[in-house]
Amino acid sequence: MTSASTGLVLPGLLDTETIRKDFPVLDRLVHDDRKLVYLDNAATSQKPRQVLDAVNAYYERHNANVHRGVHVLAEEATALYEGARDKVAAFINAPSRDEVIFTKNASESLNLVANMLGWADEPYRVDRDTEIVITEMEHHSNIVPWQLLSQRTGAKLKWFGLTDDGRLDLSDIEQVITEKTKIVSFVLVSNILGTVNPVEAIVRRAQDVGALVLIDASQAAPHMVLDVQALGADFVAFTGHKMLGPTGIGVLWGRQELLEDLPPFLGGGEMIETVSMHSSTYAPAPHKFEAGTPPIAQAVGLGAAVDYLTAIGMENIAAHEHAITEYAVRRLLEVPTLQIVGPATGEDRGAAISFTLGDIHPHDVGQVLDEQGIAVRVGHHCARPVCLRYGIPATTRASFYLYSTPAEVDALVEGLEQVRNFFG
Amino acid sequence: MYQDVILDHYKHPHGRGLRDGQAEVHHVNPTCGDEITLRVRMDGTVIGDVSYKSQGCSISQASASVLNDLLVGKDVGEAQKIQETFLELMQSKGQIEPDDAMEEVLEDAVAFAGVSKYPARVKCALLSWMAWKDATAQALSGAAGK
Repeated sequence: MTSASTGLVLPGLLDTETIRKDFPVLDRLVHDDRKLVYLDNAATSQKPRQVLDAVNAYYERHNANVHRGVHVLAEEATALYEGARDKVAAFINAPSRDEVIFTKNASESLNLVANMLGWADEPYRVDRDTEIVITEMEHHSNIVPWQLLSQRTGAKLKWFGLTDDGRLDLSDIEQVITEKTKIVSFVLVSNILGTVNPVEAIVRRAQDVGALVLIDASQAAPHMVLDVQALGADFVAFTGHKMLGPTGIGVLWGRQELLEDLPPFLGGGEMIETVSMHSSTYAPAPHKFEAGTPPIAQAVGLGAAVDYLTAIGMENIAAHEHAITEYAVRRLLEVPTLQIVGPATGEDRGAAISFTLGDIHPHDVGQVLDEQGIAVRVGHHCARPVCLRYGIPATTRASFYLYSTPAEVDALVEGLEQVRNFFG
Repeated sequence: MYQDVILDHYKHPHGRGLRDGQAEVHHVNPTCGDEITLRVRMDGTVIGDVSYKSQGCSISQASASVLNDLLVGKDVGEAQKIQETFLELMQSKGQIEPDDAMEEVLEDAVAFAGVSKYPARVKCALLSWMAWKDATAQALSGAAGK
C-alpha cells in the first residue's frame, strides 16, 4: 500500500483511501482552507458514517425505553440495546454476555469497581489492613478513585514507578504486590507514554497473592485484539468514544462470580428484583449494575462501531498502527531538539506519541500546529504524575488510528519545523 | 495571535526574577500547568516593583513581561484601571477592536487582543495579571494593618 502524497511503501498499511470515505469529518477544512490532519485520537476518535447512521436510525425508527414496555418500539429498542451487548461480548471474547456492563465511560467503570470493593464483604473487602496497587503511568481516572477509596477505608495505596525509557519498573514487584494486596489496577496501554504494559507478569503475581486485577483498556480496545480471557484479569474497563462509538457509553467487563458476589454501586430502576419500603433485592448482573435508563442510542452506536472494527479486523488495525507508529517515531526523531517522552521505538508501544520540542511550551506547539490544520493534544493528558516523574510541565501528543496515513506523519513533521522556525 | 510584540516579550522578558516585595503570591493554571510566583513592592501608593518567576507558554510569559512594563512606576489607582481595561479586552471573545483610547492605556498589551478569540488561551494571558491583583491587594492590606 502506498501513501498518495509521499509514495511511501510501509508494510501492513490499511486501504486508508477507502476507510477515510466513511468518516465525513476527515474531509473538513479548518481555518478557511487547511485540510484537517486529525492526530488527537487518544482523546477521542472520529465516527464513521455507519455509526452515525445507526444512532440516527435508532432515534428515527425505534426509540423507546428498554426492558419495560410491551409495545413494538420498546421491544425493538430492547433488542437493539441487548444486541449491542452481544456484539461487545463477542468483541472482547467474554465467556458470557451477562459479564458486560454498560456504563457512561471508562471513569465510571473504574469508579464502579473501586466503590464495590469498598462496600464488599470478605474476601473482597478493601479496608485499613489491606493494600491497593496502581502505577505511576495511570490516567487520573485510575488514580483518583483509588485515592478516594484509600482515604475512606484507610487502605494503603501503593504504585509501580517508571523507568527512564517510559516502561513500568517491575523490579520490586514482590514488595509492591503482597499478601495484603486486595486489588491491582493498571493501564494496558498508556495514554501519555504509549507504553504497552506486560500484563502476564503482573496478573501472575496478583493471582499468587490472591489479589483481584482490574485492567484499564481504554487505549487498547480501539487498537488491538482485546481478549478478556487471555488477559486473565478479573475486570476490564474501556470507553466507547475512543473506538469509533459515541460519547456517553463505556464498558466494564467482570467475571461472573464476582459480579454475583459484589454489591451494587448505583441504586435505581432496572437494577432491582423486588422493592419494598424496607428493603430490596437486586437483579442479576449485568442489570444489577445498570441503574436507571441506560445510554440506549449510545450503546447501539457502540455496537455499530464494533461491527465496523470487526469487519476491518483488529489484527489488521494493529498492524496498520504499528507501521504508522514506527514511521512516526523515526520521522519525529529526525526533528532537532525533539525528545519522545515514552518508548522511543515502535516495540510494545501504542500509537500515542508524546514529545517535547526544546524549550517551546506545548501550548505554543499545539497552537501553531492548529494554524496549519493539525490537531494534537497538549498538556498533561490527565496523567500529571508522569509529567512530574520526567520533570516536564506538559507534552505535545500526536496519536494515530486506523485512518491515519504516512502523509499525515509528514504533515506533522513539517508543521513542527514551522513551529521551530517561529519560536527559534 | 502571535504578534511580533508578543514574541519579542517572550524571547526577551522584562523585569524577570524575584526581588524584594511586601507580598508574594503563587498562581497556577491547572488546565495547562503554567505557574507564576509574583511579588509586589509598594512605594507608598506607587507600584515600586513587580518581580516574578514563571513557567509557561509564550502568551503567559509575554503577558507578565508586558505587565511589568506597564504597571511599575504607576500609582496604584491608575494601575488598577489598566488591569481592568486589560481584563475587559481579554474577556471580549475577539469582539473588541482596540481604539486609540484603549491603545493609550494598554500600549504593548493591545497585542493580546487576538488571544481573546481563543478561550483556552485567555487564562494564559491573564495568569500574571490575576496574580498581580492578588499580590497588590495583600500588599495594601498589609500596609494598612501596620
